[in-house]
Amino acid sequence: MTEGQAGAPVVERPAGRPPQGSGDGRRSGGRRRPSRAQRDARTGLALISPTVVLVVVMVVLPILWTVSLAFQRVRLLNLRSTGIFGDYSLDNFRSVLTSNGFVDGLVTTLAYSVGGTALAIGIGLTAALALRTPFRGRGLVRAALLLPYVAPVVAAAFVWTTMLNPQYGIVNELGTGLLGWDEPVAFFSSRSDELLGIPVPTALLSVIAFEAWRSFPFAFLFLTARLEAVPDTYEEAARLDGATPTQRFRHIVLPQLAPTIAVLAVLRFIWTFNNFDDIYLLTGGGAGTRVVSVRVFDYLTARGDIGAAAAQALVLAVILAVIVLVYLRVFSRAEEQA
Amino acid sequence: MSATTHSGGRGAAEQRVLAVVRPVVIALLLLAALFPFYYMVLLSFRPLQGVLQDPGALWVSPGEIDLGTYGDVLAPVSDGGQGFLSFIRNSMLVAVGTVLIALLVSIPGAYAVSRLEFFGRRRISALFLGVYFFPSILLAVPLFVFFTRIGLRGSLVGLLVVYVAQVVAVSIYMLRNYFDTIPVSLEDAAVIDGCSRLQVMRHVSLPLAAPAIVSNALFIFMIAWNEFLFALLFLVERRENWTVSLGLSQLAGSIEVPTTVLMAGSVILTLPIIVLFFLSERWLTGGLTAGAEKG
Repeated sequence: MTEGQAGAPVVERPAGRPPQGSGDGRRSGGRRRPSRAQRDARTGLALISPTVVLVVVMVVLPILWTVSLAFQRVRLLNLRSTGIFGDYSLDNFRSVLTSNGFVDGLVTTLAYSVGGTALAIGIGLTAALALRTPFRGRGLVRAALLLPYVAPVVAAAFVWTTMLNPQYGIVNELGTGLLGWDEPVAFFSSRSDELLGIPVPTALLSVIAFEAWRSFPFAFLFLTARLEAVPDTYEEAARLDGATPTQRFRHIVLPQLAPTIAVLAVLRFIWTFNNFDDIYLLTGGGAGTRVVSVRVFDYLTARGDIGAAAAQALVLAVILAVIVLVYLRVFSRAEEQA
Repeated sequence: MSATTHSGGRGAAEQRVLAVVRPVVIALLLLAALFPFYYMVLLSFRPLQGVLQDPGALWVSPGEIDLGTYGDVLAPVSDGGQGFLSFIRNSMLVAVGTVLIALLVSIPGAYAVSRLEFFGRRRISALFLGVYFFPSILLAVPLFVFFTRIGLRGSLVGLLVVYVAQVVAVSIYMLRNYFDTIPVSLEDAAVIDGCSRLQVMRHVSLPLAAPAIVSNALFIFMIAWNEFLFALLFLVERRENWTVSLGLSQLAGSIEVPTTVLMAGSVILTLPIIVLFFLSERWLTGGLTAGAEKG
């Protein structure tokens, strides 16, 4: 399990036995005794089928069902009377797309995803570079930096809300006591505050900071693995030619990291865009942090409007798919030109 | 020549700045990463009154240490506690069950995808990768409806099935990568000795893949132990079935439970993960980059 290749898109490897070999085996084996290739094919199907059944029943069919639900008028209350062949209409999409706060939710989701992704990758890159040269205890430092990523989100969110609590949180205590803040900041419940006369979306920035804290280790891990694979000969040559550390970083290290950063950007963006847990736990979707996934949850549980929830989730998935496809296309074009 | 000396001077200056900045950056990163956990433990040891009077204290004086919070949070509700002991039992049941069933399904699957040529092998790999990237919030709607309808919502079994389905694709991906690194020649030798495929798998490949299987098991355990969204959707109305994550999140909203008691709950929720992480860090970092999270 090498770190460098891990996480990259799956590359098909040749199987233990090339498929062409099966023809000969069949002929020599005759009809009564199946060849080894045939037996392998049968065993393979038998071994993989439990997984396939599970994934189809628990993932693929439910997704198809979401599509069907999105076009029907289904509520939690009349759930038992709804069949597969209900009345299909676009009503859910119409009401979701024109509902109050849909556009706001989408903008919030985008700001949250872009901000969280950029910060996480920026901090992860800084950490990877800072820990590049070996020192005593580096392994332990690396492991410690991964903790925010592995810790349970519920515990992390609870500690953060307590730390940033305006009444008894330590951050506000230190801020008002030592840093001379005029009054405590309600980090997770204030929609906007003035900072040096400029209005800033406090709660949104706070959840972005939390997202960056939780996911920078992921970027750090990937970038560290990639950095270890960068040969130092080029850097050494550049150093002898008199290139400064920043020049070496800009012209030699960064270009080699660029593909990894691009992959990280896609992965983090997808996950942040769909993220529900963090915002639900930190703000409950209040104070200008109502992202689309929290809206889906509210439609589903508070309103019991399953059709609208399904439609909302589908719209979210489609928008995400479009953004990712556009990004991949632009990126691969830039790659070709480079 | 003068340009070289000039940039050489700049290089030396940058070098000196970096020598100062680097340790500072490392210290700040460590502080940011670790302080919340320190604060969590700190508050769990302090009495509530002390926290309210002096919220800025960065340590707890020995005389002030109060371990009663742990008793409060673990004790059953009937004894005036928060019932975390039963939440731990539920989380354990679901997480261990998920690990066992997921491995039972994914080890043969990964072996097949890695070693055996069968119809649709490539398409299946692509399908699994797609599943992995699928937003769980999109799955939440139909699964919520489905389990409500068949009456399994609220049961730990329903949650377990959902977890297994969510992790099995990633598990196969991680294990397959490992099987791919085991030379086929080892298995061929066993085949020549007359072993069947399943015997080869059991006696040759499985022992060789043991480290990968262990790290995979820990990885799945951590996903299942940490999971929140489906636990919330499925179990929220049944307090006796709450997992630790769900219990903490539900009680965090109420004013009646003191923050310090819930901090003890947070420590209880986090500690197993941190212990497992440090036990398996070497194995797991490879797995984390391969598997990442199911977000």
